[in-house]
Amino acid sequence: MNLMQKPRMRMKPQALARWTDRIMRCVLWVIAIGFIAVLLIFVGAILKQGWPVLNLGFFTKMPESLDAGGGIKPELFNSIYLVALSLAVSLPTGIGAGIYLAEYAGQGRVLRFFRLCIETLAGTPSIVLALFGMIVFVQTLGWSFSLRAGAMTLALLNIPVITRVTEMSLRSVPPDLKEASYGLGATKLQTILKVLLPYSATGILTGVVLAAGRAFGESAILVFTAGTNVSSRFPDFRLTAPGESLAVHLWYVTSDGTLPDAREIAAGTAAAMILVLLILNLGVRFIDYRIRKRTR
Amino acid sequence: MPITDHQEQKPVKLRARNLDFSYGDKKVLDGISMDIFAEQATAIIGPSGCGKSTFLKCFNRIHEVSSEVRVAGDLEIDGVDIFRGGIHEVELRRRVGMVFQKPNPFPKSIYENVVFGPKLFGVRDRDILDGIAEESLRKAALWDEVKDRLKESAMSMSGGQQQRLCIARALAVNPEVLLMDEPCSALDPIATAKIEELIFELKKEFTVLMVTHNMQQAARVSDYTAFFWLGRLIEMGPTERIFTNPRDRMTEDYISGRFG
Repeated sequence: MNLMQKPRMRMKPQALARWTDRIMRCVLWVIAIGFIAVLLIFVGAILKQGWPVLNLGFFTKMPESLDAGGGIKPELFNSIYLVALSLAVSLPTGIGAGIYLAEYAGQGRVLRFFRLCIETLAGTPSIVLALFGMIVFVQTLGWSFSLRAGAMTLALLNIPVITRVTEMSLRSVPPDLKEASYGLGATKLQTILKVLLPYSATGILTGVVLAAGRAFGESAILVFTAGTNVSSRFPDFRLTAPGESLAVHLWYVTSDGTLPDAREIAAGTAAAMILVLLILNLGVRFIDYRIRKRTR
Repeated sequence: MPITDHQEQKPVKLRARNLDFSYGDKKVLDGISMDIFAEQATAIIGPSGCGKSTFLKCFNRIHEVSSEVRVAGDLEIDGVDIFRGGIHEVELRRRVGMVFQKPNPFPKSIYENVVFGPKLFGVRDRDILDGIAEESLRKAALWDEVKDRLKESAMSMSGGQQQRLCIARALAVNPEVLLMDEPCSALDPIATAKIEELIFELKKEFTVLMVTHNMQQAARVSDYTAFFWLGRLIEMGPTERIFTNPRDRMTEDYISGRFG
């Protein structure tokens, strides 16, 4: 008797599947919108607070240590210079290691150890890297708090990221493209340079941007390696110059407390950082778009 | 000895003797002996998994790129041993071109696809490259369709055009042999007819060795047909004879559709 009624109570499997589909779609929409909203509020608040401070003088003046009205000219320069220097070290190293892992490496025990090292390095907290950089570069090598010590330690932060993203991008190249290249008589190196790297360029580029953004916003590492001072010259390209970055400046003015306008300087610095990252990302999107348009 | 009944005057281009082949522990080819004649089209037929594609790929050693393989026996091109005769695999692949089952153009322009090979070998002169591109595309019967859009991406072409582009790309390095691994299996009947016509033309100049699932195709385009079954060569002979008067019972069963 009960058995006879049951089928009427249940939804047909297809209708159930359709409803599940709709509900899941709503859930995913809500998550996405919520996330974007949080992001917009966050960025909006920073820009709103920082906007009044952002004028030409703020970008072109040297920072003050006791009086109000200082600028961030050397910090902005140092931030960009540090990222560029660190990429000069981490790009060739990371991409080279990624190519090795994806195309040359076998399955040996040495290799498993190598992979473990990279993963460990990727997971190392930045404060540990900071102290390591200070002991090795600042003290042992006697580089003192300088751009070169900061850039080298930032490179350590980025090499595992770039290695991983390069390896993954290369592995995602369809095998039939590889076969096509070898089939035409290409050597391994030619295949890597002419087929694999161009194909995975956008993937690698994305990883490099992430790495650059992380380096740009990094503070702990630079406090201990590049220091909290700036050079009195501008622009100072010397690798031995002290290299306070924007992120370090932001931390320093708010925790030091000798500036009367520390709040404003901090707000302006934060907004300036967001703007630089925005410009960086838009620029890369544009390059990425150009690459895609040319190839696919 | 190979099981053939040729009275061919053409020289032997490729020769296999007692070829065994394994992927890891799995034996795929078992004692294949076969002659492939210059400037002829030879088709290999047989049920799926009979080792025909593997056999084809042995001639340019392409599967060594991605897998652990073991090969025993002899393979020769123009009487020179492929494995021990001092031919570098890169050199071998230039002489033995390959067209794959699925069209696999590079995500580059049509022009860049065709001149990819010549550029690898150091041709830089723009005029020479242009000449190679036109000649190869003409040979692949594609020139008239693409001559005005050489700079466009190869990905914008139809499947049949892509496959002919891959043929043009293979021809651009001026190979002696063309291996074709079921070149029409991903194409519609019209595109297939075009490729078949093309093979008919190409065999006048190149040695063509193709694998096909389609027996009518083998009958239409090839001069010789070889029947593979479970990693063995069962029978090989002139195509007409194989299809009208097979000597082996299994060949007869297969071509008449009783198994496979």
